[in-house]
Amino acid sequence: MIETDILIIGAGPCGLFTVFEAGLIKLKCHLIDSLPQPGGQLTEIYPKKPIYDIPGFPSILAGDLVTNLMEQAAPFHPGFTLGERAETIEKLQDGRFKVTTNRGTEHAAHVIAIAGGLGCFEPRKPELENLEKFEDCGVDYIIRDPEKYRNKKVVIAGGGDSALDWSIFLADVASEVTLVHRRQAFRGALDSVDKVHKLAEEGKINLMVNAEVSGIDGDDQIKTASITPKNDRSQIVKEIDYFIPLFGLSPKLGPIRDWGLNLNKESITVDTTDYSTNVPGIYAIGDINDYPGKLRLILCGFHEATLMVQSAYHRIYPEKRLVLKYTTVSGVNGF
Amino acid sequence: MKDTITIYVTDLNGAEHIIHAPTDMNLNLMEAMRVNGLSVKATCGGMALCATCNVVIESRDYPLPEMSEEEEAMLDEAFVLDIEGSRLSCQIPIKPELDGLRVKMGELTAD
Repeated sequence: MIETDILIIGAGPCGLFTVFEAGLIKLKCHLIDSLPQPGGQLTEIYPKKPIYDIPGFPSILAGDLVTNLMEQAAPFHPGFTLGERAETIEKLQDGRFKVTTNRGTEHAAHVIAIAGGLGCFEPRKPELENLEKFEDCGVDYIIRDPEKYRNKKVVIAGGGDSALDWSIFLADVASEVTLVHRRQAFRGALDSVDKVHKLAEEGKINLMVNAEVSGIDGDDQIKTASITPKNDRSQIVKEIDYFIPLFGLSPKLGPIRDWGLNLNKESITVDTTDYSTNVPGIYAIGDINDYPGKLRLILCGFHEATLMVQSAYHRIYPEKRLVLKYTTVSGVNGF
Repeated sequence: MKDTITIYVTDLNGAEHIIHAPTDMNLNLMEAMRVNGLSVKATCGGMALCATCNVVIESRDYPLPEMSEEEEAMLDEAFVLDIEGSRLSCQIPIKPELDGLRVKMGELTAD
């Protein structure tokens, strides 16, 4: 079981900054995120977009802000459970909380900070009969370990960066890569598009544009994918080992909905004194919380994280007094 | 030129809302629906990077801006491009010419 002082659900900007603010007052943090990398929306949706309202940065790319936040948190050695969704919460006899992920990883912490943004990102699924039946039996929505596909026949569907990048990467790993896209043009980075076309010319990727995967079949495992061109109904049936639809991710509040917290639609209601929820020891900060006057801005999330860790400290050490120290005076002392 | 226009929005329950939107505040249709109290998910906040502000334009012959490549790709990826009149409301600026426009909120707005 992973043990920590503050367990942060969500490794977006707000969660990452919590590590720093908690570290300053000697509290250890561990983060859980359903995405395979830290940064939340900033990394997943708009890494190359500039943000103009981070105080002190006239302009900063979202991806760079995440890199900086990781660097700022580094002295406090946060732990990460990535690519897993926080699923259930229970109270332990010693008063701590135990959070278990969908993959069974257990975490114990004195305080829970939900910094879940818009919720956990769930893959957008194409409408195909049998799709759910073959999940984990040949249908993958997120690539965790590319080695899994070594010497296998893979069909990837999608037209964005992840479909392009993984097709390029797997061209050298899988025995056969077919990229199926519903349109002619791709949405991804230009050099990735060029690379895919080049690999297609070299025969390393089967590129099928203006076509879609119209059916999948098999027994216990997926065995075939039917691919139909958009403008004629002639169908190709391909023998495959894996089908990987990469149509982007959309956020859902997910299992947190059932954690007994007061909600306002998709947001968690908090007390603005310390961003505590109705359950003592559970806090909610950033885009996921709601209070009168709430603005969903990163800079507001930073403020909320800073006040929240003070309250968390008093909960963990009720007998101790906390004195505000300026980093300019005392520096950043990692642990 | 009108500085406030009227737009008719049908929500997911089929109820019609008459919304008023100022044309001089640099708003887009997604924002106009939101400030009028309609619930639009709009995850990405207006960058054409999600499809959770999807609407179906029901009026014909309105001078809507042409669809950018990003918008078209996004609608396609969210499987709503083939619906006639399907657009991302964040990509439609509120202009005087749009007075009287009728739109229907897409299912993805509630996602």
